[in-house]
Amino acid sequence: MIKIPSAHYLAIAPVLIYFGASLALLITSALRRSRLSASAATSLSVLSSVAVIVVAVFEWLYVSRHGASETVAHAIVLDRFGVLATVAVALGTLLTSLVAKDWATRSKILGIENQILILATSAGAIMMAVANDLIVIFLGLEILSIGLYVLVAMDRHRARSAEAALKYFLLGGLAAAIFIYGVAILYGATGTTTISTMSLYFATNYLLHPGLAYLGGALVLIAFAFKVAAVPFHNWAPDVYEGAPTPITGYMAAIVKVGAFLGFIRVILSGLGTNLDTWRPILFALIVLSTVVGAVLGLAQKNVKRLLAYSSINQAGFMLLGLWAGTARGVASTLFFVCTYVPVIIATFAIVGLVSGASDEAHDIDSYRGLGRRQPWLGAALAVLLLSQLGAPFTLGFFAKFSVVASALDASGTTLGLVTMLSAAIAAVFYLRWTQLLFADDKVSQSRVEIPAATGTVIALGVATVLIFGVWPTPIMWLCQHASIAFLP
Amino acid sequence: MNVPAAWYLVLAAVLFGIGAYGLLTRRSALIMFMCLELMLNAVNLTFVTFSRTLSDIGGQASVFFVMVVAAAEVTVGLGIVVAIFRRRSTTSVDELSEMKG
Repeated sequence: MIKIPSAHYLAIAPVLIYFGASLALLITSALRRSRLSASAATSLSVLSSVAVIVVAVFEWLYVSRHGASETVAHAIVLDRFGVLATVAVALGTLLTSLVAKDWATRSKILGIENQILILATSAGAIMMAVANDLIVIFLGLEILSIGLYVLVAMDRHRARSAEAALKYFLLGGLAAAIFIYGVAILYGATGTTTISTMSLYFATNYLLHPGLAYLGGALVLIAFAFKVAAVPFHNWAPDVYEGAPTPITGYMAAIVKVGAFLGFIRVILSGLGTNLDTWRPILFALIVLSTVVGAVLGLAQKNVKRLLAYSSINQAGFMLLGLWAGTARGVASTLFFVCTYVPVIIATFAIVGLVSGASDEAHDIDSYRGLGRRQPWLGAALAVLLLSQLGAPFTLGFFAKFSVVASALDASGTTLGLVTMLSAAIAAVFYLRWTQLLFADDKVSQSRVEIPAATGTVIALGVATVLIFGVWPTPIMWLCQHASIAFLP
Repeated sequence: MNVPAAWYLVLAAVLFGIGAYGLLTRRSALIMFMCLELMLNAVNLTFVTFSRTLSDIGGQASVFFVMVVAAAEVTVGLGIVVAIFRRRSTTSVDELSEMKG
């Protein structure tokens, strides 16, 4: 007799809402004789994202009252860490669905498949962040990735779109296979795939032959490094960022980071946490290489999407800092970094998408020459978003970088602190060059960039977040600190 | 005859290695897909072997998830290849060189 595990529906409600909305759109669009309008699909995406955020508030209050709990046969965990990740994903989905709608109109992509896929993909990202079982993390990772492969290939008018999708698919498939092989080996070493049970096993057993467990952990780590595009596993990122439709690039940069990093934190610090010192040299190498290589190779880029890809590789190195520290403070600062990166990067790619025009091809940095003179508001918005990624004071990015570096210094990582700050100084060159170009004299008169209402709202929201929480980061930091209390070393 | 569990694990590791090597060196997208499948099936063999040695059903259950994911993955992958083939009449990844840098 098989026992059906009991499910706590509040814990899985966000995933169910996104899947439900995605399926509902898919079925209605298949059953209806006439085409479902893009605005109807977008409204449903926005509505379900708002619903997820509301559910997340209830979850947060529930955890405050009853404490963290595991459900569905220990496969899903309801804790503040997962709740905060859910909010970040929902926010990213909300912003992306608005940007994607305008992009589809502009580039004449008919149909509502992009909204359907965005919703399903977000469910996968949330699943990764709330999973307490490596198999569930694998499922979340694949739901996230498979949806993204199709989203990347969505633009039928550009050959690059499908090419980028194939590249992403092959390397993403490799990463997934490495991940699940690591899980199989960890299962052999510990007899479980549940993260909390695994952590208990490591805490209560002294391994005479730890080789198997180390091999499994290392494979899982490599797979995650692939997913977050940490050097030396970053080769796919610039091509895929360039080839994907611009709003999808923004979505990918934001959501994959949230899902992968938060899943990563849970596996490394919670599952394998008792021997964090084993993993530190690998993390150290990943951080140094990602920050330095990302910053240096970014200098040579003329295509802004490739430039932002290298910038995101650099940022991924910073996000790993808190993980390397392994302390509650480190986790809180990584969480802060990842969550605040979401609105900033989506708004940045929203502007890049607008400037690139209907063909989505004008990504040369020279297309930005004098943009700030012709359209001061748009230019200023892009400048603010770039300065935030640079880490300039009074922007959100400053506190994000400051807190991760401070947490690493706390854990006596002076070398790491120095190297990452140096890389930030190198990266500042390309951010500042781009910003300066925005306000340079334009020799050739270029046409004005049309700003549709939905995309304009997203850009305004991104800039407002950067400026408001840039001078007043306390509320977000408070949330992150409360969310990471479970990871006290 | 009783085959030791370690042999199965070594076989799985070798299959995984062949798959990974093929994925990284072959140039035909379809062969690369087959290599991907080989890697995932090596993982399945590892899961089943450990499930047997640990006398735990969890490993065998995991295999079903891996199989379903592998099928879904290849469906999407082949869709992408068809989309590229329509445009270029080739499945060789060497021909895909629009992006450089």
